Amino acid sequence: MKKAAVCFKNFSFRYNSQVEPTLHDISLTIYQGEKILVIGPSGSGKSTFGSCINGLVPFSYKGEISGSLEIMGQDASKLGIFGLSQYVGTVLQDSDSQFIGLTVGEDIAFSLENECVENSIMKERVLSSAAMVDMDKFLTSNPHELSGGQKQRVSLAGVMVDDVDILLFDEPLANLDPATGKYAIELIDELQKQSGKTVIIIEHRMEDALHRGADRVILFDEGYVAADMPPSELLASGILEEYGIRDPLFISALRKAGCSIDAADNLQNIETLHLESYKEKLLAWATQADKEHSRSDAGTLLEVKGLEFRYQTGMRAIKDVTLEVKRGEMLAVVGKNGAGKSTLSKLICGMEKPDSGRIVFEGTDITGDTIRERSLRIGFAMQNPNHMISKTMIFDEVALGLKARKTPEEEIKERVGKTLRICGLHPFRNWPVAALSYGQKKRVTIASILVLEPRMLILDEPTAGQDYRHYTEIMEFLKKLNRENGITIMMITHDMHLALEYTDRAIVMADGFKIADSTTAAIFSDEKVIAAANLKKTSLYDLAVRLGLSPEKVINRFIEAEKGGGCI
Amino acid sequence: MSRLLSYIKEDSPLHRLNGATKLVIFLLWSFTGMITFDARALIVMLLTGIIIFRVSRIPFREVSFVLAFISAFLLLNFITIYLFSPEEGVRIYGTRHLLFSFSQHYTVTAEQLFYELTVIMKYYTVVPVALLFVLTTDPSEFAASLNRLHVSYKVSYAVALALRYIPDIQTDFVNISHAQQARGIDMSRKAKPWTRLGNMLSILMPLIFTSLDRITVISNAMELRNFGKKKKRTWYSDRPFGRNDAAALIMAVLLSCAVLVFTFYDGTRYFNPFG
Repeated sequence: MKKAAVCFKNFSFRYNSQVEPTLHDISLTIYQGEKILVIGPSGSGKSTFGSCINGLVPFSYKGEISGSLEIMGQDASKLGIFGLSQYVGTVLQDSDSQFIGLTVGEDIAFSLENECVENSIMKERVLSSAAMVDMDKFLTSNPHELSGGQKQRVSLAGVMVDDVDILLFDEPLANLDPATGKYAIELIDELQKQSGKTVIIIEHRMEDALHRGADRVILFDEGYVAADMPPSELLASGILEEYGIRDPLFISALRKAGCSIDAADNLQNIETLHLESYKEKLLAWATQADKEHSRSDAGTLLEVKGLEFRYQTGMRAIKDVTLEVKRGEMLAVVGKNGAGKSTLSKLICGMEKPDSGRIVFEGTDITGDTIRERSLRIGFAMQNPNHMISKTMIFDEVALGLKARKTPEEEIKERVGKTLRICGLHPFRNWPVAALSYGQKKRVTIASILVLEPRMLILDEPTAGQDYRHYTEIMEFLKKLNRENGITIMMITHDMHLALEYTDRAIVMADGFKIADSTTAAIFSDEKVIAAANLKKTSLYDLAVRLGLSPEKVINRFIEAEKGGGCI
Repeated sequence: MSRLLSYIKEDSPLHRLNGATKLVIFLLWSFTGMITFDARALIVMLLTGIIIFRVSRIPFREVSFVLAFISAFLLLNFITIYLFSPEEGVRIYGTRHLLFSFSQHYTVTAEQLFYELTVIMKYYTVVPVALLFVLTTDPSEFAASLNRLHVSYKVSYAVALALRYIPDIQTDFVNISHAQQARGIDMSRKAKPWTRLGNMLSILMPLIFTSLDRITVISNAMELRNFGKKKKRTWYSDRPFGRNDAAALIMAVLLSCAVLVFTFYDGTRYFNPFG
């Protein structure tokens, strides 16, 4: 008889700040030693579900509960947040912002410090915990200076030091580059196999989260449990996209090839998939003739020549980078954290001054121009819209840049109106910004840049942390701007799906060098580039290899089918 | 712009001192520097401060910006004192050595100059030591030290976190300011001071939001790892109170006493070179 680790019975929860309950009548059991993936779009209640397990709900975020929740056989409402922390260890998303200690050792020790564990015993336990994740050589390092994978290890050691029974991961893949994300999932998997602990992963990137499989997937939608079944069955059911969750790429490819998908074929990842029954249809689909690529040579918009940049410390951050952006292009800049992607975009926007090299825009040398002067040509949008919005009303926010330029009132009205219409925000023009959704806010920040009529937009991670629905909303909007308004768009991104789906060309940065510059399909088929940029092979790549085809061919075929909606 | 005013990891005798020791010395030093108006004592303190600075191995460029900023402020202070109270020196020292005069009311006396220079010197004795305290104290260790001085550990940790986040907030500030400039909001010297101030405000709101985000994340992370569970807590980075600490404290107390005795020896806070 399996023992329950987490048991919800007719559980509902409503935040005090909200009218409607966030969770409705949840009844489910997670057994000890299970590995569970919890998925759902933003606002589906999956994060609240996690917070109920670790006690943030209702002990930090107050609200009204009905029904019962038992953790390791005990009533959660009687345990309190500290009582629950004996059983549940939580790793929050974005390990960077949750490091509390200034050294690895101190961070791992944090919970022991709070338990008043004596200094000498504490040092011992920290050491053994660090050894468990192979970080015992780094106890005196600053956690912020570690690599992405090492940071994950430190966060894990910090919760393992308490010897908890349940490990809860809240969106562990957000903010990680693809290779580090893959590594994190492997790390979690190994740890679970070794220790036999119960693992609950909350994620909306289903394909990446299933890289090492899961026992069950729980799908949340609007506060209800919409599905609770083994991953293969869920994938075969084909209901995911309805709920705003993206199918794994190879599953999409199977569908595009017209295969009927059977849950018995081990669908959870490409390595375990039984390919035999699909082979014929896939081969037929993948080897169709490519459409003629009408690569229009629209002329050069931006030229960067021999750019060099050093930090104040003397470290070279950008090394002899030369690149060209064509008019009307939509391209991606990819590469691991610290590879120089952001610095490159800052140099282009004038936020940093290059040590040597030139930046030419439509034939004009703009290397010496200030940020403000460049903003008439090139707009820059930060990752998080909340970091850009400074006015309370939408109209004022969009008008801000024009007001600063002392544009006449009449003209401001006209230009803001026009921009709001392009961005689909005109009906909201008199609304407060706070009333908008994240995706709409993003559009407001983009509108506030477009109003200055730049020819080119640079966006830093335009869809970071967004579920498939918001992702599609933002990206389709950008695509429209690109197609209909002729705005050239350059995106800095970790998201391989985004690059595949929306860009024709990708530039790869590594250690300050530009190491590749080619079509997105070619880049994602090049094993060396993939490794150097901390990308990972997509499941399409593996699918191609298993079919004995060239990855580039399959990826190209897939992109074409996506763009043209070209299913058979 | 490099990060201002945050802990710089080094290995110097100053870094090795216990955080509590440094805090006590810093408070004592400020108190003494603020009380005395004796120029001779201030010169001794100023020189001692410079020596301590050398000992700390903090490169001068780390503080040059802050010092320049403070110098500009002091210049303003210098002028304001003169504008509002040109006879202060004469009133204090009781003599009048006229050097020259701008008008009937605004005369320049040796007494006034001496008085104002003394005031400025007071700032220069206190400021470098304050900077050193921030630059050489590991925030977590500082929290442990405050706690040792019987300040509640929650308050201690709050202070330490505030110190910790200074560099992050600076980075946010720079990023947000760049993004705003890229929308045409001028924050360079070309803009009029008044517009520039208004434009600075446009950074403030996003900055507050980012900081609130940070606070939510970190406070949840702390709570989930038992922060606040017990009345007491232990400290991983606790540095034991050593012989060096005792020596440093004794020296600081001696210097402070000497300065105060020397200052009040003749019954007044001021040293009068004119009498």
